[in-house]
Amino acid sequence: MADIVVSEGHEPALEGTHLKHHFATAAQQMDADTLGMWTFLITEVLFFGGMFASYAVYRNLYLDAFASTSLYMNVVLGGTNTAVLICSSLTMALAVRAAQLSNRKHLQLFLILTMIFGAAFLVIKGFEYHDKWVEGLIPGIHWFGYPEFPQYAYHAEILFFLYFCMTGMHALHMVVGLGLLSYLLIQARRNIFGASYYTPVEMIGLYWHFVDIVWIFLFPLLYLIGYHLHLHHK
Amino acid sequence: MTVHAHIPKVGTLVAVWAALLVATGLTSTVAYFDLGWLNIVIALLIAVVKASLVVWIFMGVRHTTNLTKLFVVAGLVWLSIMVLITYSDYSTRSWNYQPQPWSHAAGNGPAAK
Repeated sequence: MADIVVSEGHEPALEGTHLKHHFATAAQQMDADTLGMWTFLITEVLFFGGMFASYAVYRNLYLDAFASTSLYMNVVLGGTNTAVLICSSLTMALAVRAAQLSNRKHLQLFLILTMIFGAAFLVIKGFEYHDKWVEGLIPGIHWFGYPEFPQYAYHAEILFFLYFCMTGMHALHMVVGLGLLSYLLIQARRNIFGASYYTPVEMIGLYWHFVDIVWIFLFPLLYLIGYHLHLHHK
Repeated sequence: MTVHAHIPKVGTLVAVWAALLVATGLTSTVAYFDLGWLNIVIALLIAVVKASLVVWIFMGVRHTTNLTKLFVVAGLVWLSIMVLITYSDYSTRSWNYQPQPWSHAAGNGPAAK
């Protein structure tokens, strides 16, 4: 890398590089980008944290009612989706690695694989939502009154409300992630990324892994809470 | 020009991926047995281990600056303040909420007697 040239106006210091003129080195710029992305992710942690906090409060109040909802959760589909997201995290990490190695072909391959896994997650989630609709488990809109455990009907409705809020916000983040990955793929096809500049790949990778982590907590809390009660009849 | 890249080994990434899948299988299996209050503890412990692997290896926090690590920890501290203090408040009150007819609240309640 050449020494920094004092730029005129607001143009980058070096034409053809991605170093902004207010940074001394690419390493410094990368550290600042990483810190900024983590600051954003912490706001996301607290955003989802609010829903996890209400889950904790209501689970404590209505323990049995919450456990009974496991009867209606499809652990096979939920577990499959967990595995699908873990696979997408691996391909995302490999995409970042390919960008670092300036391997454009592998970068595109792993971005496409990540998108396929992400889309598969949403399709499976869609089937689950459809099942919830058929079974009348949409609180307030399409609620059949929880006939198997009428004594828990009101409190189980709270769990399903939390279920749709949390998985819905998570799915929305997945959709946004797929949009960001499409942007990366277009940029990768234009050969923008390489060993000297792969910041967007790394940052969107951080976002994607964060969304994976949210699901890592949602899966046991929503699907497995009452699984040991062996209520499942399907 | 290269950024001070710490390029992860493919073997490391695949090992983390395998560990995450094994942990998912483990948490699903443990959930099948009735361990009382331990069920939720084990489920959350496994989830924390999985999340830590993702943060440390996949998200590469191990190679970031100390300032970034401090931010990550600070985020977890804020999260625990929100969840623990909210939870401890609700769980230490002996609430016995019963739905009341609206007229009760509108003037026929205990205060009006």
